[in-house]
Amino acid sequence: MPDATGLELLAQELRDEDADSVLDTLYFREKGQLIISPAAIRATLARLRARGYTFLASVHGVDYYPEEPRLGVHYELIDMRRVDRLTVKLRVPTSDPVVDSVTPDWPTADHQEREVYDMFGVLFHGHPDLRRILMPEDYEGFPQRRDYPVGGEPILFTHNEGKSPGWFR
Amino acid sequence: MSEVGGGVSEYRQQEESITLSPLGEQIDDRPLADDYSQEVLTLNIGPHHPATHGVLRLLVSLQGEVVQDVKPIIGYVHTGIEKTCEDKAYWKVIPCVERMDYLAYFFNAMAYCGAVETLLEVEVPKRAQYLRVIHLELNRIMSHLVWLGTSALDLGAISMVWYCFRDRETILDLFEYSTGQRMHTRYIQIGGVIEDIPTGFAEKLAEFVAQMPSHADQYADLLRKNEIVLQRLRGTCPLDEETLLGLGVTGPLLRAAGNPWDLRKAAPYSSYEDFQFKIPVGTHGDNYDRFAVRLAEIYESVKIIGQALEGLPEGPHITTDRKVALPPRHELATSMEALIHHFKLVTEGFRVPPGEVYHPIEGPRGEYGCFVRSDGSAKPARVHMRDPSFVNLQATRPAVRGAYIADLIATLAMLDPVLGGIDR
Amino acid sequence: MEVIRQKLGSTGEPVNAEALRSNTLRARQMLRGAEVEGHTLPAHLEGYDLEQYVEKSVLTTTLDRAVAWGRANSFFPATFGLACCAIEMMSIVAARVDVARFGFEAFRASPRQADLLILSGRVSMKMAPIVRRIYDQMLEPKWTIAMGACCSSMGVFNNYAIVPADKFMPIDIHVPGCPPRPEALMHGVLRLRQMVLDDPEMGWRDRYAARGTEELAGEDADRPWGPAGA
Repeated sequence: MPDATGLELLAQELRDEDADSVLDTLYFREKGQLIISPAAIRATLARLRARGYTFLASVHGVDYYPEEPRLGVHYELIDMRRVDRLTVKLRVPTSDPVVDSVTPDWPTADHQEREVYDMFGVLFHGHPDLRRILMPEDYEGFPQRRDYPVGGEPILFTHNEGKSPGWFR
Repeated sequence: MSEVGGGVSEYRQQEESITLSPLGEQIDDRPLADDYSQEVLTLNIGPHHPATHGVLRLLVSLQGEVVQDVKPIIGYVHTGIEKTCEDKAYWKVIPCVERMDYLAYFFNAMAYCGAVETLLEVEVPKRAQYLRVIHLELNRIMSHLVWLGTSALDLGAISMVWYCFRDRETILDLFEYSTGQRMHTRYIQIGGVIEDIPTGFAEKLAEFVAQMPSHADQYADLLRKNEIVLQRLRGTCPLDEETLLGLGVTGPLLRAAGNPWDLRKAAPYSSYEDFQFKIPVGTHGDNYDRFAVRLAEIYESVKIIGQALEGLPEGPHITTDRKVALPPRHELATSMEALIHHFKLVTEGFRVPPGEVYHPIEGPRGEYGCFVRSDGSAKPARVHMRDPSFVNLQATRPAVRGAYIADLIATLAMLDPVLGGIDR
Repeated sequence: MEVIRQKLGSTGEPVNAEALRSNTLRARQMLRGAEVEGHTLPAHLEGYDLEQYVEKSVLTTTLDRAVAWGRANSFFPATFGLACCAIEMMSIVAARVDVARFGFEAFRASPRQADLLILSGRVSMKMAPIVRRIYDQMLEPKWTIAMGACCSSMGVFNNYAIVPADKFMPIDIHVPGCPPRPEALMHGVLRLRQMVLDDPEMGWRDRYAARGTEELAGEDADRPWGPAGA
């Protein structure tokens, strides 16, 4: 893991190349996190790849409801030579949930970005095939947003079992 | 291919020229009626099909028997596990998350518990770490046995199912002995394991460790040099390391291509650094190497279990921090604090300091990562499992383009997708 | 102490071959309208009700019982493993809990050749229409077992993504467990077998009051497949 100073140096190098890309750094539980601006994601990942972080392990989304900007996308990078991990995070609001897709550079992001789109509604600009992957194609709504209901069947007890629709009746 | 002898019908000649020749190459100059060579057939395999490992749907574009393109369509067993987890206390998430990749349930629980332990900064006692390693490696062997049985079934070696499931039953007996359940055991808890191993478990485990290598030898003897297995797996659908790394593939698939990336060695967690074991690595990255790597991993896992059993230290089986782990039952009768802790833990659960953590471990299919975001309350704000099968499935397409449809089935078997993990 | 062995018929009395033969002949004559021993059939009974009446009057059920015995002892399960329960279903085919001792080891991949659908695992929203389509493709008589908690009720996951199987197809036996032990599934299958042996007429149409929804070959058999008039 890059330690705290290594993380700051890395962030400084990235800021040298592009001043507004890195918004913040966070060193939490011995792991470095970079919070970057959404417009700079492809460039930042390319720069990190040049610095050795060649493996994209995971692309996943988070909903930070009720803090704005609400939707976050996290990229987990691994440097296999030095066995380093780095997390790159960005946040987009629901009003404009567009992020550049990194699939052209990192083929692994294909299905994973589709999942983030399916579950959170983040649109990946430049993705070759942005469709729903886990829910049915014509599903409406983004299930893993925090304000989406969990759903499910009501649990039947004696007081409400009569109200459950028996399908055969 | 030389000219087929007279007496073979025109129809058969036409069929053979389509199916046996590589794309674009005609055996003779005679133009085919209706231009069969250009016809692309889209075949829908699944979601209900005996040769898929779960409900995987594949749209295969075929030209004759040669696969031009394959599109996996998933989501048929999507259970919304991650959403359900947000609704439950941290302790109660463990059974939910376990049912994700249903062949590697200990690994799911381990990744999640590792993430929460990192957030809580709670230390797992040494004995608990060794017990976790024992159960994780047993689960790895069990997962590889199911893979071996079902893959051999796909290839046609039907009797492997019974042999592999015989050993699987022994392992499930061990799980039932120590945890009470065969599958989805909820054994790995936050801070350690739920219970210490009972008396007699160590002897039974030692018997298993003694007999498993010879059983694995039997399976290897059956399959490793079998002519049909060699013909079907050797040289089929190779993928080189570059492509695999680009696709984010980890686990035995990556190791079959020659890259020895294994988190147990690279970034050891839970006392894996105390054990001596090797990482089997392949050379060509074809189906046979994937098969051989997994077969060899069984032996290595047996070694780890043997070492862990011998070196099992004394100590508590779960962290002594009563704010995180339930106190032992006998204390409830005497200590008021223990009673209050028990009550708080069971009703509300513990609160976790806010933060976000990604905890990766090495599972039988690759890197299992668990991302947990905590907002300070007793329920997680986001749990995401990075499942290796989900990412590895993207390797199907580059692997099978240009191969026969039978190779597609063999490659799917060697890819070892578990749809529960893919769809979550 | 004297031990008497007797074969019991459905009325508890010993059945012997001559009595059976004469009963069958009497039943046939009754159905043809002849007067048998001063007993004519009421004129208003038809079809199913008539059969029930004759059955109550005369002991003729051996053929039904033989057919039920054949059906119950040779379920052909359809390979329908969805999730974790599928692994335990594979375990019943394995050597420890050997389903072949009962005759059920012939797992058929094609629903046309299967008559038992063991729905093992969670049925997601995307999968439900496909399960229904497979169930529709099975030929009568067919039975279903909902294996595990997820398809019987919602199981561990009570959320937007899955649907309990009772909502879209009739289930004969629910086997609880998460996943049910192979022995538990075996118990469920044997319960189903007993159900089929006991009452050969008790199909899901009776339990779900769906008599009259059968499609029989013969009616509109010449019509090409599709809606009437198309």
